[in-house]
Amino acid sequence: MLLLIAGALAVLSVRNLFVATMLLGIVSFTMALIFISLDAVDVAFTEAAVGAGISTVLYIGTLALVGSQEREKSKFAPGPLAVCLAVGAVLYYATYEMPRYGQPDNPVHTHVAPRYIEDSPTEIGVPNMVTSVLASYRGYDTFGETTVIFTAGIGVLLILRQRRRRKKEVTTEDPPLRDGKGGSISGLGSAHDLVPHVISKLLVPFIFVFALYVQFHGDYGPGGGFQAGVIFAAGIILYALVFGLDFARAVVNEKAILFLISAGVLLYGGVGVVSMLLGGNFLDYNVLSSDPVAGQHLGILLVELGVGITVTAAMLAIFYAFVGRPELLIETSTNAEQPGKERN
Amino acid sequence: MTALSSQFPIIVAIVPLLAAPICALFRGTTLPWAITTIISGITFYVSIQLMIAVIQGGPISYELGGWAPPWGIEYVVDLLSGFMLILISAISTGVLLFSRESITREVPDHQLGLFFAAYLLALTGMLGICITGDAFNVFVFLEIMSLSSYALIAMGANEDRRALTAAFQYLIIGTVGASFYLIGVGLIYMMTGTLNIADIAARFPEIEGARPILAAAGFIVIGLAIKLALFPFHVWLPNSYTYAPSIITAFFAGTATKVGVYLLIRFIFTVFGVNYSFGGLELTDILLPLAVLGFLSMSVVAIYQTNIKRLLAYSSVAQLGYIILGIALASESGLMATIVHIFNHAIVKSGLFLSVGCMFYVAGSVYLKDLHGIGRRMPVTTFGFVLGGLGLIGVPLTPGFISKWYLVVASIEHGGVIGYGLVALLMVSSLLAVIYIWRVVEVAYFRDIPEGAEKKEAPLSMLVPTWLFIAASFYFGIETTFNVGIAKATAAFLMGGS
Repeated sequence: MLLLIAGALAVLSVRNLFVATMLLGIVSFTMALIFISLDAVDVAFTEAAVGAGISTVLYIGTLALVGSQEREKSKFAPGPLAVCLAVGAVLYYATYEMPRYGQPDNPVHTHVAPRYIEDSPTEIGVPNMVTSVLASYRGYDTFGETTVIFTAGIGVLLILRQRRRRKKEVTTEDPPLRDGKGGSISGLGSAHDLVPHVISKLLVPFIFVFALYVQFHGDYGPGGGFQAGVIFAAGIILYALVFGLDFARAVVNEKAILFLISAGVLLYGGVGVVSMLLGGNFLDYNVLSSDPVAGQHLGILLVELGVGITVTAAMLAIFYAFVGRPELLIETSTNAEQPGKERN
Repeated sequence: MTALSSQFPIIVAIVPLLAAPICALFRGTTLPWAITTIISGITFYVSIQLMIAVIQGGPISYELGGWAPPWGIEYVVDLLSGFMLILISAISTGVLLFSRESITREVPDHQLGLFFAAYLLALTGMLGICITGDAFNVFVFLEIMSLSSYALIAMGANEDRRALTAAFQYLIIGTVGASFYLIGVGLIYMMTGTLNIADIAARFPEIEGARPILAAAGFIVIGLAIKLALFPFHVWLPNSYTYAPSIITAFFAGTATKVGVYLLIRFIFTVFGVNYSFGGLELTDILLPLAVLGFLSMSVVAIYQTNIKRLLAYSSVAQLGYIILGIALASESGLMATIVHIFNHAIVKSGLFLSVGCMFYVAGSVYLKDLHGIGRRMPVTTFGFVLGGLGLIGVPLTPGFISKWYLVVASIEHGGVIGYGLVALLMVSSLLAVIYIWRVVEVAYFRDIPEGAEKKEAPLSMLVPTWLFIAASFYFGIETTFNVGIAKATAAFLMGGS
């Protein structure tokens, strides 16, 4: 906890944005540790993968675009500080009459949760209760979250793509982006470093296998579609960082990404529609098979797969969109026609 | 449970949701638009069917995944949510009918697939918020709505780059609002152990004195106030409305903030209950001054605008002041005035923004200085704008008059100095509205047409939907059985149900 506070303060005080990004990664890992100590393994998993993994990569991608030094010392802003302090104070005030943590007779433990704990093994038959709550009892929320990811992907594609064209006129006099800072992360790859090449070649297959394990083992241990999707995307991003974006594009190109983002949502929703057609309510997995428990298994497996696909594709879409920018600038300055073709 | 009609509650939300990814895959100008319009029409039809069912047989509950609440998530259609569903889907459909010509001019062709996908997601989010009976599910759909609306507002950047900063500002402020809401729901879950709205409401009296609940109520009310742009949390709204594409402004002006109002009503009257909201929390003392300050100051600010869209945006914040005033009065007639005004303002404002969209289509600008003599260049459009403006002011026979009438009734009912003071202030505010509408009228009719400007109307495909909104507003201003009748029943239901 102290580490968390120290980390957060350090992020605020550091002037070099690159250092700040690294520190943010540390903060995320500390958060993950705290979640683990609170017995929320699934949450910790997500925090580590998203907070410390993907976000850091995205920040670095952005820094490659904008440079790593803050332009000017930011002004001291009393307004936001006051709001933060007020929020903190209210939360602190609220803690006074909070039920004690871990007490078995807390409202949280006595109302809805017992049914999840006692009945989910027989109703759903999945050892990991978190998964059964997420994917079945509150499966519709998870569907909504998947849609949020989908929306984010769509939004990034919409906003970043539209600026492509604009840049065309400006880019001719934009040489700085071509040198080292932007170069290594864009299309060129770190061509000279043998060690990262070898190591990442060794690592990437393991990352993919681990992602698949997390994906399909979510029923039994911590994990599931969200985490697996992030890990899978991280594998491809690592590959892209070391070998250059073009190689990664050869594996999954942008058109495929758009298709995959949509496919994940459609798969999840499709399960719901099928269950409706079979006479149940939306996302009622019981009707998917003659045996309700088997139906639940099948349903959870499919929707988790849908989540995984959408998350992977959305993460990659965001990564490509950010990291592809400097490369795009180089392309547009040499060949103004290229992005036009690529778009279709 | 196999009949299609029993699945209507989920169909309303799921059809636009599933259409979005399909829409995203299509290219071209016509297909995504056609899909979106048809889908929106379907939601409108289903909403009406749901409302009929609710009026005939009382609230409908739908268990998602077949799990009974509070373990699973529940969809609830009652009078209020049914009313909102119809309003949102109707406005969305009308705006989409308009959008064909307008959006191909403002957004590049290759983006239209994604654009309409985002539009469908925003529609999904709004419908999902209104229909769900689960406090966390609300948050999920709030996120869908917000994220897609940030993207949609940023699409205005094709015309004016400031749309990007506007969207970014909205993103930051909107995220703060959403987080506040989430903190509040988290605290409530901690104290009640449930997320189902009806279940929370049932367990609320036992724990309403506790401090975490006070904090939770504070977070939720402030979070929603930010989302619905209650003065002084409105700063994001004028920029967003000004720089967003025309149809997006028209769509959001009628719906997005109203969804926030809906949630506020839901929490104040259903979850917290009237006694706690106005007894324990004393929300009247907080909301009433803010509402009054909002409609007075924002009407004044609107007078000084040089951009019609911005002028109407500030007027929207002012109108939200009226809406909140009705809530703050904490009476059945006040609540009824609020609901009537949600409906009336949504129709009038969408109609106004659409007519501005027509002007932009022809004149290429929404600044007053570029619109000299627009009333003679585009007589049909401008006349529509003026009629809508009359509705905004609250001239008799217009819907604005109906809602102000009920607000005045509610104020008088409130009684005392405050009540009569409110009546006076409402009159002042209406006069201010006369001034800002007059500014447009003056520019439109009494200034010379600039050299070289051609006389041309917007295409029929834009004019007809615009006039549809204007005509609808007059229809509901004269024949009030639908809006007032339902508002009355809803208000009675909410006050009685608490």
